[in-house]
Amino acid sequence: MAQRLIIEAGRSERQYWRDLWRYRELFVFLAWRDLLIRYKQTAVGVAWSLLRPALTMVALLVTMKIGGIKSGDAPAPLFLMCGMLPWQFFATALSESGNSLVNNSNLISKVYFPRLVVPASSVITSFVDFLIGCAFAVLLMFWFKFIPPLTVFLLPLFVLLTFGVALGAGLWIAALMVKYRDFRFIVPFAVQFGLYIAPVLTMTSRVPEIYQWHGMDLPLRLIYSLNPMVGIIDGYRWALLGGEHHIFAPGLAASIAGVVLLLWSGLGYFRKTERGFADMI
Amino acid sequence: MSNVIITAENISKRYVIGHQGASGDGVRHILETVFRNPAQWLRARRERSRQASEEFWALKDVSFSVNRGDVVGIIGRNGAGKSTLLKVLSRITEPTTGRIEIGGRVASLLEVGTGFHGDLSGRENIFLNGAILGMTKVEIKKKFDEIVAFSEIERFLDTPVKRYSSGMFVRLAFAVAAHLEPEILIVDEVLAVGDASFQKKCLGKMDEVARGGRTVLFVSHNMAVMRQLCNKGILLNQGQVMKTGSIGEVVDTYLAAGAECEGFWQRNPPAPSKDGIYAESASVLNHAGEPAGHLDCAEGFTIELKVRANGSFNKGQVAVGVMNKEGVAIFTTANADTAREYQPILSGRHTYRIKVPGNFLAPDTYYIRVTCHQPHFQTYDALDTLSFRIEDTGSLRSVFFDGRSGIVEPVLEWSDNHEK
Repeated sequence: MAQRLIIEAGRSERQYWRDLWRYRELFVFLAWRDLLIRYKQTAVGVAWSLLRPALTMVALLVTMKIGGIKSGDAPAPLFLMCGMLPWQFFATALSESGNSLVNNSNLISKVYFPRLVVPASSVITSFVDFLIGCAFAVLLMFWFKFIPPLTVFLLPLFVLLTFGVALGAGLWIAALMVKYRDFRFIVPFAVQFGLYIAPVLTMTSRVPEIYQWHGMDLPLRLIYSLNPMVGIIDGYRWALLGGEHHIFAPGLAASIAGVVLLLWSGLGYFRKTERGFADMI
Repeated sequence: MSNVIITAENISKRYVIGHQGASGDGVRHILETVFRNPAQWLRARRERSRQASEEFWALKDVSFSVNRGDVVGIIGRNGAGKSTLLKVLSRITEPTTGRIEIGGRVASLLEVGTGFHGDLSGRENIFLNGAILGMTKVEIKKKFDEIVAFSEIERFLDTPVKRYSSGMFVRLAFAVAAHLEPEILIVDEVLAVGDASFQKKCLGKMDEVARGGRTVLFVSHNMAVMRQLCNKGILLNQGQVMKTGSIGEVVDTYLAAGAECEGFWQRNPPAPSKDGIYAESASVLNHAGEPAGHLDCAEGFTIELKVRANGSFNKGQVAVGVMNKEGVAIFTTANADTAREYQPILSGRHTYRIKVPGNFLAPDTYYIRVTCHQPHFQTYDALDTLSFRIEDTGSLRSVFFDGRSGIVEPVLEWSDNHEK
């Protein structure tokens, strides 16, 4: 019973993880709240989470056709889905968790709970959207009578990586946003921009491995793969479509390293600044 | 096992004020200076941290201890550090220095309805709010019926709370919080909302919680409630503990401390020079026009208020509230009242005089709260200023000695139309 709680400047480490466990239900409650309110007073309701990926896909398909972009062996919609789903998961998770602390500032300044719960539950909310999108992708597979290769069982690994990137980046942005509201403008821009940089509409294999620049040999594809989403999207394609989609091993390694670095540093920065949130928000 | 449940040693909390322009520069500005002139940026950074010494100690070396089962009233004027203390104790913000040891689960209720979402139904909000306040789903389910019964909103359980009346909203919000079962409950002045009968019910619930052997820390400006609910008191003044002890002693000290500046109040430190409307001094003049802290209950008096406006305001308002020592507002009057519309407040010094009739206030001690604001926009000042005493020079209740009730004691005209 008598747990002793000690409050001291700069010392909350020991209780923190225990508290996080004690508030585990809050993760679910906050995510549940966000899902519930998202479609209140909408005519179409939950169908929006199916309509959104479907409509985006149509738009991108048109772009591909007009731009003459080749999708390889697999049907174009499936090719797109493999890039779009993880990218949209990342993008929504990043913007929602980035805004989450500021949007919940009334909670932050009036109640105690481990602040980590707030951005993390936003990522969970976006994950639910991702799952609905996946269901849509499965329907598409039936439609095209497409049987994925055995590598499909490795897919959860890449889902986990996406989760990691989203959470890591989300923690950074959320903590920074408390102090610098500039990120409210930066994030949507970065997300929009990123769609073109990430291999959503194209394939990593189109990026030359070595690029000549002023007489120097630049490992362009490796540089490109420093964006963790590159390795992840390639991974989805490899796992789901197989065929010509290969894993660029150094790229995947860079992705994994990037995810770990992002998560670790994001968590660190968040924990460091968390104590001042209530005073600053 | 020791009986002490909370020990606070030398806790201080520092806020850096006026940092809006200084450290809230935004990324653009920082990037710009870093790239244009790194040396200047470093210099500016050093300069800024020196300027940051414009600091404000909301709490300074606060030490106290609380025994298991105590109901502690935390008393102090506005800005004395009560809310900061509660925030530190409930771990919302960290103390700058010091150490607190707490031997039990803490739940804090600093605001009614934190985390309520207007689009969710009453039922959904009960679960959400409960979880935010630290209850588990099982606990909430167990208490659900009790919460609903207490809040009297059965019929509207599945209505979004944005369609609730404000009274219903407050009832539901308090009901959830009242059914928390922590060992230590921290409550800020949340009972000042809702109608009288519900306030009574809330007080009853608080009393029940306290008698249940739980430890409660409670902030209120209502001394009558404090005396009724609490057994111990802590008096804060400008971030420091002035007195601890039984609630009766502490309340008396608080009231007596307020009497120090009887009849006259001068702002100290001086009013800020930034834009706004700020009270500078206040005094009470007796019927002869002399400043006085003690007034004859049969004679009228004048409240004189000196206000400085930094900048002109189309719709400014200066309001004066007269409170009794229990913190109950007897009346509020504002510079817009006579014309029945908001008055401009032009840049410069204003001296307002407010005439209060005699045979109106009952013999008692009162204090004056001054509020300077732009209505519905921004508040510049909300200060408890001077206190004064209406002396009993033959009030009705002393003439008739009939123990008559009522907070004011006007002498009204009676006529008698007698028929035989």
